[in-house]
Amino acid sequence: VLGTYKEIVSARSTDREIQKLAQDGGIVTGLLAYALDEGIIEGAVVAGPGKEFWKPEPMVAMTSDELKAAAGTKYTFSPNVLMLKKAVRQYGIEKLGTVAIPCQTMGIRKAQTYPFGVRFVADKIKLLVGIYCMENFPYTSLQTFICEKLGLNMELVEKMDIGKGKFWVYTQDDVYTLPLKETHGYEQAGCKICKDYVAELADVSTGSVGSPDGWSTVITRTDSGDSILKQAVEAGIFETKPIEEVKPGLGLLEKLSAQKKEKAEKNIAARKEMGLPTPY
Amino acid sequence: AEENAKPRIGYIHLSGCTGDAMSLTENYDILAELLTNMVDIVYGQTLVDLWEMPEMDLALVEGSVCLQDEHSLHELKELREKAKLVCAFGSCAATGCFTRYSRGGQQAQPSHESFVPIADLIDVDLAIPGCPPSPEIIAKAVVALLNNDMEYLQPMLDLAGYTEACGCDLQTKVVNQGLCTGCGTCAMACQTRALDMTNGRPELNSDRCIKCGICYVQCPRSWWPEEQIKKELGL
Repeated sequence: VLGTYKEIVSARSTDREIQKLAQDGGIVTGLLAYALDEGIIEGAVVAGPGKEFWKPEPMVAMTSDELKAAAGTKYTFSPNVLMLKKAVRQYGIEKLGTVAIPCQTMGIRKAQTYPFGVRFVADKIKLLVGIYCMENFPYTSLQTFICEKLGLNMELVEKMDIGKGKFWVYTQDDVYTLPLKETHGYEQAGCKICKDYVAELADVSTGSVGSPDGWSTVITRTDSGDSILKQAVEAGIFETKPIEEVKPGLGLLEKLSAQKKEKAEKNIAARKEMGLPTPY
Repeated sequence: AEENAKPRIGYIHLSGCTGDAMSLTENYDILAELLTNMVDIVYGQTLVDLWEMPEMDLALVEGSVCLQDEHSLHELKELREKAKLVCAFGSCAATGCFTRYSRGGQQAQPSHESFVPIADLIDVDLAIPGCPPSPEIIAKAVVALLNNDMEYLQPMLDLAGYTEACGCDLQTKVVNQGLCTGCGTCAMACQTRALDMTNGRPELNSDRCIKCGICYVQCPRSWWPEEQIKKELGL
């Protein structure tokens, strides 16, 4: 139910600055920064700040500082896959890292296995960090939650989060929440048939679920992903705890993953009944 | 006896720009080995000086076919008879691609007006779209053919039926169907920068679209080769 994997641990970055900037354990920022410093990658495509508040734009980060500027989760689209080509063609990057939600991971992996039109791009991707994802929202949905339902201004928001049945919004002084039933119906349609919660095709997958606040649950999948994480832990970039010893633990992750699959199967069946196409 | 075991391949050039052939030759690292020891090129303009088209295991056809060009029509019919497998090699042969825009009236032959994918006239066994197809997919397809890896080739067999392609397929076959997730793969794959992502959805500049079909072919929501991906990743 969590895809093929080698190891699962609870981890967080040991870098104080990353801890402060990061969504949870700072795994994505920390791991890409480590890979950059070690020369495993020469640059990384990440969801950086855009022109509007909380509307991210894909960017190519060549330094740890640029990675830190892009830290934290944005709950709307950042078409990172598009930027991979620019990173290779315009930045001349031969060894590329990126962070991707499950659907983006699928696009990248399909392009690697069947590179019909992506000449000499797909083979440059050396580290794909996947993040857990239940659904994604159009930007206007975020505005609906924050501006209309909570009566806030987008630019006052310091952080957004989803967890414990709620959509959380942090400003400098306050914390606001919306019950998730208030956000239901605002997800993008395409997520309804997605069966992948834990980025099953990434080199390393990570997300908060299963670990305590400030920590992330990290799943290593491919040989290269497993070895990069182990090197980073060895180098003191991350501290780890066995997943069996933390609360709420793997059970919650498995439960949510199974729920996503079950819902998707139902929606796929309903689409088929209506005569609509599905890729699965 | 070993000599006879090599697949006999023909390269037939119709209305295309030779870009597909050039992409094939960009596999520098395996090309010498491929041509020397793995396959026999038995027919092809500039490659093999022959008057008669021989029997072939595989015919790679580059370019669409012009309905007003009797020589092309004849060659296409003949290669279908002589080849066990016919591959629409590159988007011109597969979908018509850029030549879909032809309306005739040009030099050197103003009456050459109607260019169609080869599958409009003959049975096509597999298609490798792309303008051009990447050197990597060509290498992978050739290796799969040599190994008789039909599972890897299956999507190419299926794509033989995809002859009416356009960037607007993303809107009609993906977004309109409630399938798009805004991942950006289509925009990465577009070989003419006709696609950008706006508010998480592909936006087509139809002035730049050449109807090669690559955006829809690479979309993870058009067809999904899960087993092949897991096999390559070792998952």
